[in-house]
Amino acid sequence: MKKILLVSRHAPYGSSMAKDAIDVALAAAIYDQDISILFMDDGIFQLTKEQNASEISQKNINAMLSAFPLYGVEKLYFHLSSAIQRGIKIDELALDNITALHDEEISTLLNSQDQVLSF
Amino acid sequence: MSVLHTINKSPFSFTILKSFVSVCGMNDGLLLLEDGVFGALDNAITNDEQLILKQKNIKIYALSTDVIARGIEKKISKHITLISYDDFVQLTLEHQNVHSWF
Repeated sequence: MKKILLVSRHAPYGSSMAKDAIDVALAAAIYDQDISILFMDDGIFQLTKEQNASEISQKNINAMLSAFPLYGVEKLYFHLSSAIQRGIKIDELALDNITALHDEEISTLLNSQDQVLSF
Repeated sequence: MSVLHTINKSPFSFTILKSFVSVCGMNDGLLLLEDGVFGALDNAITNDEQLILKQKNIKIYALSTDVIARGIEKKISKHITLISYDDFVQLTLEHQNVHSWF
């Protein structure tokens, strides 16, 4: 089984990048791959509570993210400084099973993968 | 008359180089390509960032064809090594993973 890390670095809704990462994660999970997902930079904005994307005729990204555990995608991480820079506190995140990583832990995570996919 | 300016990009999204500097690991490599080669200009990387990259032993490369295409080969910093596409392939083999920041 390959260790695959998806790095999601873009805000939801402005482009399809956030949704694309979720689609890949769910597809790979169905094929029993060892998937991890890291949210950093503007990707942090995918994690906020109280999104209401029906206002712009889209589906809530945070709701899709909360489906991850059902598909066995449980290695979820976010870059702590990205959240702090954007004024987002841990209790404002929609997922509670997500791990905060410091700068040096990110390079360790990147180094421990067979494949890294960027979104 | 006055002007109405509109902005449709997050102000946090122009900080790729900063993000890279904060999370890169010891002995990682950085390859600047396409418009990324403007990061090879003399003052694109701050002295503080330069110091961190030095401490982590990060080697910085720029793709020669992209540099030449943009006419900036005489202006690039002395810390940067210009490389060919063949060298690019070689670098992908020398590192565990490739992570594209876009």
